[in-house]
Amino acid sequence: MSAAAEERDARAPWALTAPALMLFVGVLLIPLAMTVMLSFHDWGQYKGIEPVFILKNWHEIATDPYYAEMFWRTFRIAILTTLLTALLGAPEAYILNRMSGRWKSFFLLIILGPLLISVVARTLGWALLFGGNNGLVNKLLMSAGLIRSPIPFMFTETGMVVALAHVMMPFMVLSVWAALQRLDPQIENAAMSLGAGPATIIRRIIMPQIMPGVLSGAIIVFSLSASAFATPAIIGGRRLKVAATLAYDEFLNTLNWPLGAAVATLLLVALVFIVVGSNALIERRYAEVFR
Amino acid sequence: MRRNGPLALIFHAIFVIVMVAPILVVCLVAFTPEGFLSLPTNGFSLRWFRTIANYPEFIHAFWVSLGLGALSSLVALLFAVPAALAIARYRFRGRDALAALFLSPLMIPHVVLGIAFLRFFTSAGLGGSFAALIIAHVIIVFPFALRLTLAAATGMDRTVEMAAVSLGANGWTLFRRVTLPLILPGVISGWALAFIQSFDDLTMTVFLAAPGTETLPVRMFLYIQDNIDPLVTSVSACVIAITMTALILLDRFYGLDRVLAGKGDTGR
Repeated sequence: MSAAAEERDARAPWALTAPALMLFVGVLLIPLAMTVMLSFHDWGQYKGIEPVFILKNWHEIATDPYYAEMFWRTFRIAILTTLLTALLGAPEAYILNRMSGRWKSFFLLIILGPLLISVVARTLGWALLFGGNNGLVNKLLMSAGLIRSPIPFMFTETGMVVALAHVMMPFMVLSVWAALQRLDPQIENAAMSLGAGPATIIRRIIMPQIMPGVLSGAIIVFSLSASAFATPAIIGGRRLKVAATLAYDEFLNTLNWPLGAAVATLLLVALVFIVVGSNALIERRYAEVFR
Repeated sequence: MRRNGPLALIFHAIFVIVMVAPILVVCLVAFTPEGFLSLPTNGFSLRWFRTIANYPEFIHAFWVSLGLGALSSLVALLFAVPAALAIARYRFRGRDALAALFLSPLMIPHVVLGIAFLRFFTSAGLGGSFAALIIAHVIIVFPFALRLTLAAATGMDRTVEMAAVSLGANGWTLFRRVTLPLILPGVISGWALAFIQSFDDLTMTVFLAAPGTETLPVRMFLYIQDNIDPLVTSVSACVIAITMTALILLDRFYGLDRVLAGKGDTGR
């Protein structure tokens, strides 16, 4: 290859990616930087946004217990949603994986399909199922004898967690499913031939091997639940605020943009720390699985 | 491998019913003949589907969503195809960082993106415009367009290209007559998946849409905030039907399992 051709080869990838790179710098990185800056600006009911450097919004978030309570609620809902998806999604992925070909792909489609269906439509479904004290869910639970009096689902954290878990479930099933594909069925057979019972096989053979899948699924579900908007807004109503719905209120109702930007920036930074940190922990703990 | 026991199958049945129930109940309530929210126990009626025609804002929002999804996915592909070819074929410094940047819209919460774009486009004098919506949607659907094109470009047989080059094809001709047809299934699936993502997005769009540029999910969300009646279930049923159609097309062209498996991986 001549020197000129080599030169062209070195430039080719940059020429091909340049348009996309410029798009991302211009319309993604700059707006994100502007949002962080906005969180340091001042705001007043009558004067609007003042482009000065001030820590007022951050001070308000740090000291007003309303924000601590709201962020704690956001993360509590996200943690409960993650636990629920892991407890139900992991066994389901395992059961799915043991089905025969046609059933397997059919049920995989049923469970993963909702991923692509509008979140508004799915949450509306839960609002219909919950529907007050004599909603379908409560009627079913009561006639099954599981509960004596109706559980309030609408406008409660319980309802938010149930609906969010449904919205996030496909991500967990997918993630555990991917881990199961790497699993060698012969190990299970070997354990059985050595006299291990079903419980022992699940606890000692299956669980340790699918744990990385469960954990990476948990990271996805947690970060998506902590920043979810549609489901908390519809099920939680106007009273029960989480980070995303509070930011929405500050931006489109109160019009206090700097404060909304501070809430959003804090959410982004907290999520980046949690996700990057737990990814690093998982990779260290399960280094041998990822190799 | 062992079969599933009866307990496992009962668990599975309940799981599947719970996954399907909310979607099914929306579609069923949409066919109610009553004037209030109820399951259609006294026969089916298309009454609430006809009522949609009396709400021009829903019809308008539908066209906005359709145009926005189609256009932004197309524009995203114009940027994503060359980028995917570069990432698939060259090993260059900064390659991993670039790929991470291009996939980053998946990791950034859509609320944060919505706020950032609202601030940005308002300062640029484009607040609430259709152009602003297009640009914002290009960014959020870009990772989906990129991933599927990248998969097609990585798996492509380069020998066909070499044969074309030896016969004198190069540059644009090579791309248009050889490379593009070979990666076309990936490109079309990338477009379809990007379209679905754009068509369904609420969280980011709710910050950017103004009266006149409201998309269907935004219109539905604002409507639900005030009251839930059978009308919004019939609109939802239509949305579900449209998504299902796109899903079936995607399955024909590409195989749904590959699309979804790719999607799960990106969330990491």
